[in-house]
Amino acid sequence: MNKTDALIIGAGPTGLFTAHQLKLIGLDCEIVDNLDKIGGQCIELYPDKPIYDIPAVPECTGEELTNNLINQLKPFDIKFHLNERVDEIKKENDNWFVKTNNGSEFLTPNVIIAGGVGSFEPRKFPVKECENYENKSLFYSVKNKKIFEGKTVSIFGGGDSALDWAVELSNNSTVNLIHRRDDFRGAQATVDKVMSLAKDGKINLFTKYQMASIKGNNELESIDIKNDDKEIKTLKTDYVLGFFGLIMQLGPIANWGLNINKKTVEVDTEKFETNQKGIYAVGDICNYPGKLKLILSGFHEGALAARACFKLARPNEKYRFEFTTSSKTIKDRLGVKGD
Amino acid sequence: MPKITYITHDNKNHTIEVQNGLSVMEGAVQNDIPGIDADCGGGMACATCHIYIKDEWFDKLPAKEDGEEDMLDMAYEPKKNSRLSCQIIVSDELDGLIVNIPSKQG
Repeated sequence: MNKTDALIIGAGPTGLFTAHQLKLIGLDCEIVDNLDKIGGQCIELYPDKPIYDIPAVPECTGEELTNNLINQLKPFDIKFHLNERVDEIKKENDNWFVKTNNGSEFLTPNVIIAGGVGSFEPRKFPVKECENYENKSLFYSVKNKKIFEGKTVSIFGGGDSALDWAVELSNNSTVNLIHRRDDFRGAQATVDKVMSLAKDGKINLFTKYQMASIKGNNELESIDIKNDDKEIKTLKTDYVLGFFGLIMQLGPIANWGLNINKKTVEVDTEKFETNQKGIYAVGDICNYPGKLKLILSGFHEGALAARACFKLARPNEKYRFEFTTSSKTIKDRLGVKGD
Repeated sequence: MPKITYITHDNKNHTIEVQNGLSVMEGAVQNDIPGIDADCGGGMACATCHIYIKDEWFDKLPAKEDGEEDMLDMAYEPKKNSRLSCQIIVSDELDGLIVNIPSKQG
């Protein structure tokens, strides 16, 4: 059981700066994020795209912004729990008990939801019956490649994940690679490799095709793929892999008794607290009159939520506002010398 | 102002006037037309503003950039006439445009 003054859900820019604000005023915090890396949408959706509206930063990419925020947290010891999604939150006396899908448990008076548009989850096949085979013979990521040895694997997608796995699995498996068009968006070197393996008959390439249906009794037997002209091909296959990138889903947040409106959480604008005492929402996921979905708004919201956390984490102390330019206490926390 | 017709998955027509310069995605979001999520806010980074263009309009639209086709790989049930609505900027030439919104965005 991890005990902390505040638990932040979401390691995007807002979550990171909120952590900074908490540490600056002397509170501990830990951060949980479902992605395998820090940075949220900035790192997952637009690492290379320039952002022009961060105050005092005329231009930076999503990746640069993330790296700068991580640098800003360097003086502090903050525990990140990546690859974990918070599934459950329940009240336990004056604290919130929080549990992730990985079994990590937290006890904290303050939970700050900085979850953007929700957690990133794999995009799935539109064919509904695929659910019946999910995590048995149909996967959206590879955890153990050994199971594919000597089997037929049908891989869908046109990006690096699909191409890399097609190349890798072609060593010991029969590989079908299916993509909706002739062009691939993966790295050119990998595309070239796939093309040459296809020419040598090591990969069976089906372009301009998509999944039409999936068949089998208990065990997966075959899939039908169709092209734009509705021509159908049946492929016998033992496994199916789909790589269509990630999408944001609100997920379990919907079950925590919060006031939710159009996938956002309603908060007040003093503490950014939800209808549940000690649960706050900041950044893109919060909603209040006049809300702007800008990174700079997330920073402001996080700074205020952090001050609100103080009251519940240190009920017997009084919060005193201090500037970083002049406070000896803050400078000590940052590990910088005073004047 | 150009009129755009959005047909939602349940076959309801929503015809609205959209200001020149806005994207077809913004026209939908600002008018509360359901079915366009636009998670990334118009950055061509999420494929959740996916729409189908009525055939007679498809070739009249400015061509896709490479990045748009890449994102459409991830869309839910992409077809030949798929576009990302954040990449279509409304102008007088698009007056009367008809688009279909898919059943899901992912």
